Amino acid sequence: MPADAMIAMHQVHKWYGDFHVLTDINLEVKKGEKVVVCGPSGSGKSTMIRCINRLEEHQQGRIIVAGIELTSDLKNIEAIRREVGMVFQQFNLFPHLTVLDNLTLAPIWVRKLPKKEAEETAHYYLERVRIPEQADKYPGQLSGGQQQRVAIARSLCMKPEIMLFDEPTSALDPEMIKEVLDVMVELAQEGMTMVCVTHEMGFARTVADTMVFMDRGEIVERGPPKEFFADPKSERTRVFLSQILAH
Amino acid sequence: MADIDIAQEIPIAAQRPPAASSGIIGWLKANLFNSVFNTILTILAAYFLAVTVPPLIRWAFIDAVWSAPNGQACRGAGACWAFIGEKLRFILFGRFPYAEQWRPLLVVMIIIGLILASCDRRLWGKRLMLLWPTGVVLVGILMWGGVFGLTYVDTELWSGLPLTLILAVIGMVFAFPLAILLALGRRSRLPAVRVVSVAYIELVRGVPLITVLFMASVMLPLFLPSGFTIDKLLRAQVAFILFAAAYLAEVIRGGLQSIPKGQIEAADALGLGYWRRIRLIVLPQALAMVIPPLVNNFIGAFKNTSLVLIIGLFDLLNTANTALTDSNWQGFATETYVFIAAIYFCFCFFMSRYSQMLEREFNRGHRR
Repeated sequence: MPADAMIAMHQVHKWYGDFHVLTDINLEVKKGEKVVVCGPSGSGKSTMIRCINRLEEHQQGRIIVAGIELTSDLKNIEAIRREVGMVFQQFNLFPHLTVLDNLTLAPIWVRKLPKKEAEETAHYYLERVRIPEQADKYPGQLSGGQQQRVAIARSLCMKPEIMLFDEPTSALDPEMIKEVLDVMVELAQEGMTMVCVTHEMGFARTVADTMVFMDRGEIVERGPPKEFFADPKSERTRVFLSQILAH
Repeated sequence: MADIDIAQEIPIAAQRPPAASSGIIGWLKANLFNSVFNTILTILAAYFLAVTVPPLIRWAFIDAVWSAPNGQACRGAGACWAFIGEKLRFILFGRFPYAEQWRPLLVVMIIIGLILASCDRRLWGKRLMLLWPTGVVLVGILMWGGVFGLTYVDTELWSGLPLTLILAVIGMVFAFPLAILLALGRRSRLPAVRVVSVAYIELVRGVPLITVLFMASVMLPLFLPSGFTIDKLLRAQVAFILFAAAYLAEVIRGGLQSIPKGQIEAADALGLGYWRRIRLIVLPQALAMVIPPLVNNFIGAFKNTSLVLIIGLFDLLNTANTALTDSNWQGFATETYVFIAAIYFCFCFFMSRYSQMLEREFNRGHRR
């Protein structure tokens, strides 16, 4: 495996019971690389990125993240999770905590930062995602787009090396998608290593270094976005792209 | 558009609502007489109140005897509150040495103080963690004595309100964390932990409290080596804790189950780890959600303490029963039980009101 790989998945397999969800996944993500994963629903793309921070367990193969191998060793898992931020489709903010407390919780308890420092960081990132004025509100008082931006800020407060996005705009009303994508584009331009599962092909064209197409649990095709969109090699990719780009 | 004054646009003078839909008559119509069935119910209820309330007031206040030298002088149409006055100290403190009864009085005040302090959310956290052990130690010193020049009082003599409060409060303080562990255990991924928790909960829930108390007081000593005894009060207290914990555990489990999976995933993704995730994310939400059944259980457990009279402990109910046996004061059971009921009611009503306040406070902000 190359030394500069932030994520290396090597012959990864996973089953749910008898169902083979992930088949021989090989993926390498270099530092600063942006990978956009697409594919029909049920193709295993979410499962794959959830394996990277062990929200799902792989049963075969090796996954090495930020130089640490994912095993059942809790120490390794926690070390990896400290370096990997994740943004979910359903935001998953903590509803009983204010926005500020959502942002400072992990830095204080996991990174052991002093409260004041954690709050400064939190305010910095709230500014970055353009909602500095919402710090004292509860998540339930924000719009979906605002909540997702808070969720991104929450992950960034841990100063992760890698950000995973699992369909971050799929639960949003159309008019809020842009505000979230704008934040993600900015993040990409700053050199963050990113793996995004998304159907936002405009976003993919703008930021992706590598496009990955998954179907039925395997990676069918991958490549730079220009070729991927202009001249897909696999028939399955072609069909999928024609379906989502049709309108 | 936004600047248009609506009153100018539509020049209608402010009208009073129709008389029938507001004010006292409107309220009566809407709430008491809005259908034939409700009208009948209202009339029946009014009749029932008219028949019962005035005699009750006459008995409890107008015809009541407030002071009398003995039972004979106290007999009349009304309640004999003189009996309660006469027996107050015995009912409240029972067989605790008479001259030392300022100690249980202080204990009652300390326990009530602790409860009130715990209600103040500003004190939640480290300060309460210090306050409670200090309070419990103080209660122990005052009840037992034997230090600081206080005479030693055996637990056999502890009785009345302090005994009831100690059983209930200490019981809850220990049962609650145990219940949290049991609830977590029942949902654990480790099979051994899960089996033990399930077995414990099901076993204890399947047995009446009286049986648990009997086992603790009668059967347990049979299994212990001779000459080795455990204090009877302690046995009852432990039995009470173990029993309450099983019920609370199921309530808490209900709360744990209502936490969406995404919350746990988000906590995991941030690297919080199991215990921090439980403490910072899961429990605060789960417990807030089950406040009503939780308080329901607390109230039930508080009243259940009266069952210890079965194994010969002198809790509030038992001291009251004992007070009734005085041959100078015969036949004042009603007054006594009304008095005891009033004490229980005060505590339970307080818990209920406080829980409603907490619920409102927790719900504020969380939802739109």
